[in-house]
Amino acid sequence: MGQVLENYRKLSARAEEALHWTQQAEKIRIQVGSATCENAAGAEEVLAEFRKHIAASGRDDILLRRTACTGRCSCEPIVGVMIPGKTAAKYEKVDRELVHRIFTQHVLGGRPVADRLLDSPPDTMVRYELLFCGSARCGRLLEKDFRQLFLDRLAARKIPESQARVVAANCFGLCRTEVIGKASHVLVLPTKVIYRIADEADLDEILDTHVLGGRIVERLRVPDAPIGQRFFEMYGDVAFFNRQSRIALRNSGIIDPENLFEYVHFNGFEALARALDRNDPAWVVEQVTASKLRGRGGGGYPTGLKWAGAAERPGETKYIICNADEGDPGAFMDRSMLEGDPFSVLEGMMIGAFAIGATRGFLYIRAEYPMAIRRVEHAIAQCREHGLLGENILGSGFSLDLEIRLGAGAFVCGEETALIHSIEGQRGQPRIRPPYPAERGLWGCPTVINNVETFANVPVVLHYGPQWFAQIGTEHSGGTKVFALAGKVNHTGLVEVPMGATLREIVFGIGGGVPGGKRLKAVQTGGPAGGCIPAEFLDTPVDFDTLGKVGSIMGSGGMIVMDEDDCMVDIAKFFLTFSQDESCGKCTPCREGTRRMLEILERITSGKSAPDDLARLERLGKLVKKASLCGLGRAAPNPVLSTLKYFRDEYEAHVTRRTCPARKCTALVRYEIDPGKCVGCTACARNCPVSCISGAPKKVHEIDQARCVKCGRCFQVCRFDAVLRK
Amino acid sequence: MKFQDPQERNDAMKPPTTTDNWNEVKAAAEAALPAPIVEFIADCRRREHPESHLISVLHKVQGHFGYLSAEHMDAVAQLLQVPAAKVSGVATFYHFFRLRPRGRYVINVCLGTACYVKGADKLVAKLKDELGIDFGETTSDGMFSLEASRCLGTCGLAPVVMFNDDVHPRVTPDQVPVLLQQYLDRARKAPPAAP
Ligand SMILES: Cc1cc2nc3c(=O)[nH]c(=O)nc-3n(C[C@H](O)[C@H](O)[C@H](O)COP(=O)(O)O)c2cc1C
Ligand code: SF4
Ligand code: SF4
Ligand code: SF4
Ligand code: FES
Repeated sequence: MGQVLENYRKLSARAEEALHWTQQAEKIRIQVGSATCENAAGAEEVLAEFRKHIAASGRDDILLRRTACTGRCSCEPIVGVMIPGKTAAKYEKVDRELVHRIFTQHVLGGRPVADRLLDSPPDTMVRYELLFCGSARCGRLLEKDFRQLFLDRLAARKIPESQARVVAANCFGLCRTEVIGKASHVLVLPTKVIYRIADEADLDEILDTHVLGGRIVERLRVPDAPIGQRFFEMYGDVAFFNRQSRIALRNSGIIDPENLFEYVHFNGFEALARALDRNDPAWVVEQVTASKLRGRGGGGYPTGLKWAGAAERPGETKYIICNADEGDPGAFMDRSMLEGDPFSVLEGMMIGAFAIGATRGFLYIRAEYPMAIRRVEHAIAQCREHGLLGENILGSGFSLDLEIRLGAGAFVCGEETALIHSIEGQRGQPRIRPPYPAERGLWGCPTVINNVETFANVPVVLHYGPQWFAQIGTEHSGGTKVFALAGKVNHTGLVEVPMGATLREIVFGIGGGVPGGKRLKAVQTGGPAGGCIPAEFLDTPVDFDTLGKVGSIMGSGGMIVMDEDDCMVDIAKFFLTFSQDESCGKCTPCREGTRRMLEILERITSGKSAPDDLARLERLGKLVKKASLCGLGRAAPNPVLSTLKYFRDEYEAHVTRRTCPARKCTALVRYEIDPGKCVGCTACARNCPVSCISGAPKKVHEIDQARCVKCGRCFQVCRFDAVLRK
Repeated sequence: MKFQDPQERNDAMKPPTTTDNWNEVKAAAEAALPAPIVEFIADCRRREHPESHLISVLHKVQGHFGYLSAEHMDAVAQLLQVPAAKVSGVATFYHFFRLRPRGRYVINVCLGTACYVKGADKLVAKLKDELGIDFGETTSDGMFSLEASRCLGTCGLAPVVMFNDDVHPRVTPDQVPVLLQQYLDRARKAPPAAP
């Protein structure tokens, strides 16, 4: 064994020793998340309350752990309770009062608090849970519906729902060892055993021996633990989670982000150690190239190619930079990764630095992410302490140091050349490319800049091999993508799916569809640089190339669902306002063009547009797209151009008929009272903030249109549907 | 075009060491900033590419004073040996930096139509009276800043006043002193984090 691997083995042994007590199987585990959003929702208070309860109970077999965010902001704080031999239970929106109930009733009494479980699963008291991989490669055993195969057998054996429940999950990440289509996988909880099933007889055996007999079928058992397993063990019963493929987010919500040993316990830094042991940077570049990993920061440039470009540049000094300036409104994937699993990102950077020959690196993090900054600082310090950063890493002779640099609230600094200027201490304005940073970047030296999520994927590529990674995605793009799902969708939060999953799968399969039975109108991807994809393209597989074809972009991962109440002109205006505000002012098309476009949009939404405004808007948009210097200006017209393309009728309604079909643009809405329906109850008049409704009690009321501020109060309070919104 | 290393540029600008007023300038600049920041800048000067730390330095200065005054920026320019024009160029470019002090609580009075009709003008008069400041100003204890905004979209609750992110509905002039006291108490209980 090489010296590097030997040193890694020692580190790993130290980690196991330090974690020994937390791994004892007989302990009860309580897990509380704490990331920015969860903290805001009171995770600290919840932790403190559990601590008090544990101390008061005098029990020493209860472990309280802190993890990070799982990406379900609307339900946080989320608390997990794992009792040996039982399926893990997760509670949503936990507060102090609920802590008390969870502790006394569930932890001490063994009965889960059923009414507060996350997403209220139907019945959590089942004995076994059978999670089968429902992904396209794995889940088509014998070309039959896997779920049905299960259900038929359970029925035939008269196994009740309380004994076993069947859940469709997504790829566990085992398929790398499979010949496609020949076998499938089932994870049995709470036993944590994964079986490989080749035919129906195997299924019978598992049900008879394990589910009914309580004995593990060693013959069919898969020996190694796949990447998704820890996540499924914890969250497998929640539909929002089990349809995802957590690879970049593999540790978020699972490990303690402030404990290097926990990361090492889950094979952390093994990929780095193996790369250093081989001592062949070109091999690393080859692996990453073969994996078809593409940049997750929005551009989708093949990472291997970028690294190869920097690796072959001559020069002593090279730099590696992690772009954590996540500025898209609504996007928080990168924050979540830095807060939940900073070591993965650091390991990815170390591997990248080794591959291109960099000895110094920077993480450029937005100042608005104080907890991410703290966790990364902490992680860097722990890496230094354990010889993973600094001189002669793991005895390999390779040296690297990483440093944090803070952004200062300028969206354009996410653009790579602007980011370099900002690290140099200058105004963050972009410059013309080429030369690309790989050629001439920070202080004129070859520099590789990658996104947080890109780096987080790198250790996985080396660990599980590029072929496995490549086959998770599409033909030209390997792996998964994390999206921040928001808007008019039942479950919001972070969603990680294989490249090529359809919008329908994301919005309906994972997101649970549009609330209130409303009709989905469009999905916006890519934030201010992206476009709106209309409902008829819901079956588009999501990947860099396909989204481009329907007029949007993948972007960094913002995804907003819109229903019939959303006005597309208003959405376009919202994003353009953002871009206009963030334009750095260096080049005229963007600085002036976006402002003029915004003026036109304001005219349109306030009913003052001229007949040729749409033509003008379109021409100007195309011009700004073509003539701007950097990606900000070049993409700023996208929200406008894509809505003009797919929702032109809505624009036309604003321009020619002076109405907003979604009733969103206040200036175009008009409230009137229907004399046939008004019973004169006076509710509207009493609630009108500007007192512009007149009428005696029991008489028909009337609105003074000149004074009405269109606040909609009267429309809300009238119980007789007499107020009309036009 | 030959690439010029900023380090060379920086060296060329090094203060002359004889017969000048550098020591006085330095002392004045050091007096304008708290000792840990002076120390941090000196540390940056010893490292590679000292001027690249300008943004970090400004973060620290704003963390301490709450904003960046002309005097602070001059002191940073002198101590870090970066042109003053560049310091103010950077400070004005990034949204995060403020050139004027802002209170711990920013009071935003909605002056949209609904709120105005419901008496926002009387609220404003009362607030100005109680705080002794006008719009765009900050109280001398750094506690409150007063700002006006357009419709906040909650006309049903008019008149509306926001203290940072908290929305206070249907505020009457009588409630103003109570509200202010509430925030003073809150500030006393949770002192701002040390910069
Ligand atoms: C206006 C603008 C903002 C950007 N913001 C980000 C960002 O916040 N994070 C990011 O990783 N990339 C951002 N990018 C993309 C970067 O320029 C760059 O392509 C990316 O960091 C490269 O990393 P990747 O190849 O791993 O995606 C932005 C680009 C533009 C034009
Ligand atoms: S396109 Fe906009 S953001 Fe980019 S350089 Fe030009 S003005 Fe600046
Ligand atoms: S609330 Fe409706 S029914 Fe009552 S007075 Fe107003 S319009 Fe008429
Ligand atoms: S929309 Fe508002 S302002 Fe207009 S009449 Fe109704 S309540 Fe009054
Ligand atoms: S006018 Fe004040 S909230 Fe609308």
